[in-house]
Amino acid sequence: MELTGAEIVVKCLQAEGVEYVFGYPGGAVLFIYDELFNVTNAVTGIATAYMDSIPMVIITGQVPTHAIGLDAFQECDTVGITRPCVKHNFLVKDVKDLAVTIKKAFYLARTGRPGPVLVDIPKDVTSARCPFEYPETVAMRSYNPVVKGHPGQIRKAVQLVAEAKRPMIYTGGGVILSDASKQLTKLVKLLGFPCTNTLMGLGGYPATDPQFLGMLGMHGTYEANMAMQNCDVLLAVGARFDDRVIGNPAHFGQVQRKIIHIDIDPSSISKRVKVDVPIVGNVSDVLEELTRQLEASGYKPDQKALSTWWSQIGLWKSKDCLKYDKKSKIIKPQFVLERLYEITKGDAFVTSDVGQHQMWAAQFYKFDKPRRWINSGGLGTMGFGLPAAMGVQFANPGATVACVTGEASIQMCIQELSTCKQYRLPIKIVNLNNKYMGMVRQWQQFFHGNRYSESYMDALPDFVKLAESYGHAGIKVEEPGDVEPALKEAFKRKNDLVFLDFVTDQTENVYPMVQGGKGLTEMILAEEL
Amino acid sequence: MRHIISIMLENEPGALSRVAGLFSARGYNIETLTVAPTEDESLSRMTIVTTGSDDVVEQITKQLNKLVEVVKVVDLSEAAHIERELMLIKVRAMGKEREEMKRMSDIFRGRIIDVTENTYTIELTGTGAKLDAFIQALEHSAILETVRTGASGIGRGERVLKV
Repeated sequence: MELTGAEIVVKCLQAEGVEYVFGYPGGAVLFIYDELFNVTNAVTGIATAYMDSIPMVIITGQVPTHAIGLDAFQECDTVGITRPCVKHNFLVKDVKDLAVTIKKAFYLARTGRPGPVLVDIPKDVTSARCPFEYPETVAMRSYNPVVKGHPGQIRKAVQLVAEAKRPMIYTGGGVILSDASKQLTKLVKLLGFPCTNTLMGLGGYPATDPQFLGMLGMHGTYEANMAMQNCDVLLAVGARFDDRVIGNPAHFGQVQRKIIHIDIDPSSISKRVKVDVPIVGNVSDVLEELTRQLEASGYKPDQKALSTWWSQIGLWKSKDCLKYDKKSKIIKPQFVLERLYEITKGDAFVTSDVGQHQMWAAQFYKFDKPRRWINSGGLGTMGFGLPAAMGVQFANPGATVACVTGEASIQMCIQELSTCKQYRLPIKIVNLNNKYMGMVRQWQQFFHGNRYSESYMDALPDFVKLAESYGHAGIKVEEPGDVEPALKEAFKRKNDLVFLDFVTDQTENVYPMVQGGKGLTEMILAEEL
Repeated sequence: MRHIISIMLENEPGALSRVAGLFSARGYNIETLTVAPTEDESLSRMTIVTTGSDDVVEQITKQLNKLVEVVKVVDLSEAAHIERELMLIKVRAMGKEREEMKRMSDIFRGRIIDVTENTYTIELTGTGAKLDAFIQALEHSAILETVRTGASGIGRGERVLKV
C-alpha cells in the first residue's frame, strides 16, 4: 500500500507506541497535522533533554527540498541549529528513507545513554508517496552501545567493596533511566552501606530508608557531602561527578579513596575525576551481576568497621543541616514543601522549575519511588515545571501531579495554563512566591555584597486572577496557618487545576550551600550566618 | 602532547560538521584535519592532528566514539605509525635561481609539477616537519604560495584499521 510521507510518520509513531504528540502547527508541517513544530522554540527543550539524557524524538517540518539553501520563507537549518544539543539528527530527503529513519530515531533515543533525536522532514517529503513498511529492527554498524559490564571489572569491584571500611554509594539519573532502583535497593541493603542520590537520581533509592543520607552536592545534606568526601571506597552508579555534585575536583581529590564507576557512557568515566575501576554497561545489568557475584562470594559486611563509620555519619547527621525556623510568622518555603509531602502522602508526581524552590523540593519531598521527581538538572531550564507537569499528567491520567515553582519560573511558560484548560489537566501549581528570583538573590547576598540587581520582582501579576482568567482556580496563601488547609482544599479538587500562590519569606536561603569552585565539604550552613 | 587520531566514519552529509562541532564545542584543538572517502564509498577516513594532555586526548577519543556516525577511532600515536603530508609550493624561479631551486627540490625529493618563465610549482610529500624544513630552507621572499593537506596517518606493520 502506498502512503504519503505524513501518513508514514503517523504509522511509525503508532508502531513505536507513541500515545501523545506535543507540537505546534505551521505551514511546513500541515500535511502531518492533517492526519506536528517550530524548531527554534523547541531548542531550549531539546537542550534540556540532552543535558539530562532524556529519550525524546522530535519531528520537525522543513521547507520543500527544492527550496533548501535558498533562504526560503521560514527556512531554518534545523539540523545545524540542533546538532550540538541532540544525540543525533537526520534530514530526510526522500520519502523512501522516512520509515527507516524514524525507526533509527526511536532506537537511538532509547538505547545506550538516552537522548533527544531529531528528524527534519521537508514539506514535499510529507506529501510524496511510497510503499510503507515499518522495519522490525534496525542495526547500525557505527552504533553498538555496551550493555553488560566486563565480568573482570565487576570482580575487581566486588573485591574493593568487600574490603571497604568507610564505604559510600553515590547514584544518579542513570539509575532512573535504566529502571534500576530495585537492583540498587537490593544491593545497598545487602551491603549495609550509606547511599546518596544526585538531584537527577532522587527516587532511585527510597528517601525514607535509614541508609539514605539525602541528596549530595551544592545543596546536598551535610552528612551526604561529608561521607562522600571522607569515604575510602566510593561506588558511583549512573552519575557523572559534575560540578554541582562534587564541587572542585582538586579539593575532592585531596582525600585518597578507591572509586568504582558504573556508567553506560564511557566518556562520563574519568572525565572530571579519575576512577580506579571503570565499568561500562547498562546500570541495571551491571548492578544485578555485581549483586550476584557478591552473594556468590559469601560476602559478609565488616560490621565493626561499618558501625564505626555509621556512628561518624550519625555525628554529621546531628548537625540537622536542613533545619529552619518552624515558628516563623511568615510562611517558610520549606514548611510548604513538608506539608505538601505529608498531604500527598509522598506519592505525588512532583515537577519543578529552577531555583530555590527546586532545591527545597529536592531536600524536603522524600521520594521513595523512581520517576516521581521530574526536573531540569543539567541545563537548569526555568519554565520547565508546568510543561513537564502536563506531560506527566497526560501519561498518568488520574495521578496527583504537583508543579513546584516560583513566581519568576512560572512566568516563563505561563501561557500553558491555556493548554491545561483545553486538555483538562488537573495539575496543582505550588508557587513559592518571594517576589525575588530567589537563587539569584541568594548568590547576590552571599557573593555580591547584597546588591540585588534585577532579581526583585516589583511588577508581578495577581496569580489568582491570572489563573481564573484562564478558567482555573486560584488560592492566595499569606499565613503559615493557612498553608495546610489550602493544600488540602487544592488536592481535594481532583478535576481542577488549582494555582496555589504562597507568599513566602523573602530572606530565606537554601542551606547547606557549596559555593561554585569550592570543595564539597566547604559548606555554608544556616547557623553560620 | 601531539596526537594523530584516525577516524572511520559514515560518508554522509553533516558527518564532518559533527566532528568539527565537537572539537569547537568542547574547546579541543585541531591542528590539521583531512578527510576523504575510502575504497568502500560508504565510509570516510579522517585524520586529525591535535594536541592535549593524556586526559584531554582520552576524552577526545571517547567523545568521537560517541558520535553516531563514527564507526571507529584509533589514536595512531599510541603505537608505531607513518604519517605523510602533501604540500604544493609555488616559488619564484628566475635566472640563476632556477637551478638553485631545482637542486633544493631534489634534495627534499620534491617534484616540479608546473613551470612558467618565472615560477616553479613543487610537490613535496613527507612528515609535517620535513615540509617545515623545506620552507625554512628557502629564501622567504622566494615563496609565492603554499598549500598543505594536513597529515594523513596509517599504522605500521600489520596493524589495520578496518570496519
